[in-house]
Amino acid sequence: MSKVHPREILICTIAKLLDGVRHVAVGASSPIPAAGAMLLRAQKQQAGEKGPRISILGSVEHNFFTNGSAELFDCAGQGRIDAFFLGGGQIDGHGNINLVGTGDYPRTPVRWPGSFGSAYLYYVVPRVILFREEHTPRALVEKVDFISTPGASEDGTHRTGGPIALLTGKALFRFDKTRRGFELQSVHPGHDLADIKEATGFQFIHDSRPDETDLPDAETLALLRGRVYDEVAETYPDFAAQMRREIERPLAHAS
Amino acid sequence: MVVSDLRALAKHVEPGIRLALPVDYAGVSMAMTRPIIERGARNLDLVCVPTGGLQVDQLIGAGCVRSVETSAVSLGEAGGAPRFNAAVKEGTIALRDATCPAIHAGLMAAQKGSPFMPIRGLIGSDLLRHRGDWRVIDNPLADDSDPIVLIPAINPDVSLFHAPMADRFGNVWIGRRRELGAMAYASTSTLVTVERIVEENLLANEMSAAGVLPALYVTEIAVAPKGAWPYGLWGEYATDTAEILRYARAARSAEGFADYIAQAEAEKEPA
Repeated sequence: MSKVHPREILICTIAKLLDGVRHVAVGASSPIPAAGAMLLRAQKQQAGEKGPRISILGSVEHNFFTNGSAELFDCAGQGRIDAFFLGGGQIDGHGNINLVGTGDYPRTPVRWPGSFGSAYLYYVVPRVILFREEHTPRALVEKVDFISTPGASEDGTHRTGGPIALLTGKALFRFDKTRRGFELQSVHPGHDLADIKEATGFQFIHDSRPDETDLPDAETLALLRGRVYDEVAETYPDFAAQMRREIERPLAHAS
Repeated sequence: MVVSDLRALAKHVEPGIRLALPVDYAGVSMAMTRPIIERGARNLDLVCVPTGGLQVDQLIGAGCVRSVETSAVSLGEAGGAPRFNAAVKEGTIALRDATCPAIHAGLMAAQKGSPFMPIRGLIGSDLLRHRGDWRVIDNPLADDSDPIVLIPAINPDVSLFHAPMADRFGNVWIGRRRELGAMAYASTSTLVTVERIVEENLLANEMSAAGVLPALYVTEIAVAPKGAWPYGLWGEYATDTAEILRYARAARSAEGFADYIAQAEAEKEPA
């Protein structure tokens, strides 16, 4: 079997972060989080368990909702959604997310689409995974220019949800709720602590010799490359085809 | 119910009204975009339910828009909305940035004839800080302090969307796209374009009745085949992504946008 693709490490890490959830929602155009959720479901079903329910927004076949686009939020507000993914133009060291733009609001010189449902889901979904492949000082900043949604809330504010982890193309961080900051959990193969420090605009806690992110075992990889990519292809055909192309040939040519 | 045409429908979109438009995948009446621009509707206050895309970008590019209340504006896979982004940078439109469930909550309040709807979340965000119309109160039903945000009712003057079919009694089939119903319940008038008009009464059959917006809420209907294009319409046709990409490229500049709109008009003229 060919070498593990860097994105396969992300998919497998996501499956682990989701372990135990009953219902995970995935935003539109999020093939890697969707693949992670589908991998977990396949693993659970292989072990004779039910596996999580997966709602993919904007998809017809992976969408259980019949009450319009409000239903996802109603569901989440009641605690019926256990996990969700958020990205962000900027993410800061306190887990605050900016989906609006850089510079002074409202006339932001760079405008991103907007906050979508983040200013609600981040508060009420227990396991929010921050996912951003780009790991650079412009994406992971000390302080966001606009808080679309905050990483933590004052005591006394209704907050049943929030970030548990930040996964990037280079590393995995855990979010510490009491300290309101990130802790480096593992570094993906090919990177080291010095790289991560240089690429991260905020301070974080770390071991002097951080762990390397686990690679998937042969069984997991076989499941991913068989059944899971088939399932992913139903919603994200281009992504599944690209992954299959890139694992067929040496990674040096894969960029 | 008199079946109307697009120009007659556009007359309802008067300058200065508050106009509600649906999310990309719910049924956008793209066929009405040009008639609205041509009738010279200015100073529109748009409400995106709960996000906006191509139609919002084109109305802004054509100078029809005074303010936008939205949770996001984008062209999806085709990237950022170019005329929206330019208008934000130039400060030519007022922004009411929101989050999806806040827009749903405001419409729900209007639907019930209530002044506001409380919702969770938002506290500590800059969205809330910039929204003078949203209020935080202490939950009066809780024993301990429990701050919660009140979203005022959103009462659009007009809502506009596209659906697969209506019957000749004015009942409109919206299937499971209930946000279209939510828009209509909250709005003074509702304009609908449809792929086709069917002979049978959609309320006569229990299966179809469950997905119907009754004529009670529908002001006027016009037939517009492929009326959501280049967006897709659920159960009918897929999105024309190549066309949206073509728009995204063209509309990077004001001139490119004007050319795109002019060209679209030329293509519509009979040969």
